[in-house]
Amino acid sequence: MATMGAAIEPTGDPVVDVRNLSATYTGRPVLEDVSLQVRQGEIMVIMGGSGSGKSTLLRCLLGLHRPRAGLVRLFGQDIGGLGTRQWAVLRKKMGVAFQGGALFNSMSVGENVCLPLREHTRLDHTTMRIMSRMKLEMVNLGGFEHLMPAQLSGGMLKRAALARALVMDPGLLFFDEPSAGLDTVVAADLDELILRIRNAMQISLVVVTHELESAFKIADRITVLDQGRILMTGSVAELRTSSIPRVQQLLTRTYEEQPLDTEAYLRRLTDIVD
Amino acid sequence: MGFPVEKKQGFSVVVLNGDVDLSRSPDARRAIMKSLKKMHNVLVDMSAVDYIDSSGVASLVEGFQYARSNSLEFGLTGVSEAAMNVLRLARLDQVFPIYASLDERLATGA
Repeated sequence: MATMGAAIEPTGDPVVDVRNLSATYTGRPVLEDVSLQVRQGEIMVIMGGSGSGKSTLLRCLLGLHRPRAGLVRLFGQDIGGLGTRQWAVLRKKMGVAFQGGALFNSMSVGENVCLPLREHTRLDHTTMRIMSRMKLEMVNLGGFEHLMPAQLSGGMLKRAALARALVMDPGLLFFDEPSAGLDTVVAADLDELILRIRNAMQISLVVVTHELESAFKIADRITVLDQGRILMTGSVAELRTSSIPRVQQLLTRTYEEQPLDTEAYLRRLTDIVD
Repeated sequence: MGFPVEKKQGFSVVVLNGDVDLSRSPDARRAIMKSLKKMHNVLVDMSAVDYIDSSGVASLVEGFQYARSNSLEFGLTGVSEAAMNVLRLARLDQVFPIYASLDERLATGA
């Protein structure tokens, strides 16, 4: 039976708190005045088309891209002011499942999943191995720990990456494009898994996706980005009934040519460095 | 800080409490394995556990496997709904003998 999206009521102070965030890439603005909050136990989906800024937002949340303005607080801590040691402590509370899996090809699946435990804890070897195997069981990869990443299908790679992201029992999980490249059945299974994990572990999730079906199934709230700005943040129902034309275009996947900034366009074409 | 172990009706009862997480699960493991290696039947009373993470659950798994290999009894009592959710996710609720309370298990005798 399918799990409902909002099976728990998100509570408490925001686990993720983004305020007036702006960011540039090579001088070009890619995020403008973005603010959003994610509460404990909440699944926040970041949606938008290609070039909308969702990947940059994720990189800012992970501390991989320094914003031009604004701030990001994770678990109440402003990540802009963290030293290396403080970051290391904070990262233990976070898991990240990257789009391509980002598993180490030279290690088995089991070794990949166990790696964060080896890096960040001094637990007994047996405890670490059981923890890794439990997480592989959770993502339905029990018995596959000896396989190498190259031997996994696309869906299995995503699930292995999820197992590794979960192995430290994070309070906050980032998942980049969980459904990308998967067929609809495998993608639906992964959505179901995400909901079960959230419901059991009460973790907060930030999921970046451009897959509407997946977003509607798992999201408590959705933030829609377009050209670096937030168009709206709301529940699935609020999104469906939104009167914002651009939101409706994204939902119905209709194309509308964006107005051209001729000055900027010409500059991009002619700004050639000798 | 370790976890207390009480003797009750032929069982060593390991009383877990508070958060059984990365920092305290080694103590839980030590208490469980120490009793098992003395060839005691073990019940783990979890009624005072606020939170148990995967490292805590892994210690329970290791204890249960050791008990099975040595024909000892091992069971969990007073498992909270939150802890049960974690066990269910890993389908361990179908693996461990789980009793509603310590009294319930003790009432049936050793």
